[in-house]
Amino acid sequence: MSTSQRTGDQQATTHTPTGLVAFAWALVGVPLAYGLYNTVKAASALFGG
Amino acid sequence: MAVPSFLARERIIARPGFNRWLIPPAALAVHLCIGQAYATSVYKAALVSHFDSSLTAIGIIFSIAIVMLGLSAAVFGTWVDRNGPRAAMFTAACFWSAGFLVGALGISTEQLWLVYLGYGVLGGIGLGIGYISPVSTLIKWFPDRPGLATGMAIMGFGGGALIASPLSRQLMNWYDPTYDGTIGTTPTGAAVAQLFVTLGIVYLAFMMFGAFIIRVPAPDWRPDGFDPSTVKAKSLVTTENVSANNAIKTPQFWLLWTVLFCNVTAGIGILEQAAPMIQDFFRNGETSAVAAATAAGFVGLLSLFNMGGRFVWSSTSDYIGRKPIYMVYLGVGLVLYVLLATVGSTATWVFVILAAIIISFYGGGFATVPAYLRDLFGTYQVGAIHGRLLTAWAAAGIAGPLIINGVLDARGTPGQLTAGDYRPALFIMVGLLAVGFVANLLIKPVAEKWFEPKDTDAPTTASTTGDRSLSR
Repeated sequence: MSTSQRTGDQQATTHTPTGLVAFAWALVGVPLAYGLYNTVKAASALFGG
Repeated sequence: MAVPSFLARERIIARPGFNRWLIPPAALAVHLCIGQAYATSVYKAALVSHFDSSLTAIGIIFSIAIVMLGLSAAVFGTWVDRNGPRAAMFTAACFWSAGFLVGALGISTEQLWLVYLGYGVLGGIGLGIGYISPVSTLIKWFPDRPGLATGMAIMGFGGGALIASPLSRQLMNWYDPTYDGTIGTTPTGAAVAQLFVTLGIVYLAFMMFGAFIIRVPAPDWRPDGFDPSTVKAKSLVTTENVSANNAIKTPQFWLLWTVLFCNVTAGIGILEQAAPMIQDFFRNGETSAVAAATAAGFVGLLSLFNMGGRFVWSSTSDYIGRKPIYMVYLGVGLVLYVLLATVGSTATWVFVILAAIIISFYGGGFATVPAYLRDLFGTYQVGAIHGRLLTAWAAAGIAGPLIINGVLDARGTPGQLTAGDYRPALFIMVGLLAVGFVANLLIKPVAEKWFEPKDTDAPTTASTTGDRSLSR
């Protein structure tokens, strides 16, 4: 594929499905929330005596 | 070195209309996995018991991984910039996963050298390539907020440990029901081997997801409403480009190397000793006012501030500038270290607050440095320059523990140390932070003689029009 063809291809617009963006954020957000929850739980020992 | 076409940079150039908010989760998918490197303490005792070895011999696994991180980031940085983030993430996923699988084989066959080779060498290469893989892409997608973008990804590295620690405990409990994760119980070697296999497979899938949703912006792409001239208006920010080979010839690179080295060494001084340190600071004879469970909570709190600092401080740097934020990390950090050494033992809450803020600066220093590099050297080969700068991390990973352990070894035996025994080490860190503060003050804009010719743009252009970096 030549550079000019590629450039031509790049002119076509695209639409990123909102569901894909939400899914991607959920995929990283859920494990992170799990880690945060467990760490906060462990850290609470510091304040609980 | 050519890559298969499905990994090539030109295959992942985003079309107009692509949503750039798909890029941070792609970066996080990698950093959340490789952040496991900071959760090795979970199975350290199990490996000592399984190999009938010493803590030092097992600790070498992590040391090799961190040294390989620095070396591979430095060596493969240019390759990462040239071939793009998908090839880099794919490669990192293969190395990181292979590291766990070879490590599992080493544990199962009781061959410690295989664990060194697997987790240490192969995993370390995966760490280095994975760490830098999304950074330059994020900077290009978020020219308006580079600190926020890199802060999000590098926050993931801190977050990876938060996930891996409890997950590893749960998995090892499944594989060895006699282990319940509490202090005093140790999982079997077989359980750790099964954990390694599980993590190797899960991380491979997760990182591949990131590799296949990542895209690079077209060379002429700009965010809506973004005017590059507003960025140029800030001091120290260039719209020119400097190659990685030229960057390391500039004083700015080495000053920033010194800044990162000093900031990381000082942070490691606390992180390395966090649990015993808080107990020793409040020791009265043979006993400490701080229980082991509370000390573990302190380690958790530091992890939260380490992760939060990466996002909060790096995002803040978009508003106040990179040089001023490092003046805060190093200058305020220096004052906090002095306070820790002098009044840190007066009350637990004083100690905890001081240490937590210091660690947030440690994390912030990591997360802000790619944007600082972008400001000084442009986006052309910022990934490769970042990779070379990370040798400061590898050096600090050796220097930090050496300083703190060397001082403490000379002062007494573990379990009998008090706050006063930590003071020499803390004042060494104060000196280091002062050196870093001066180095940061000395950073000036890069001289014009290092700039690439005007037609040089980001490697996106270079790779699609014949690789310029190869011809240099």
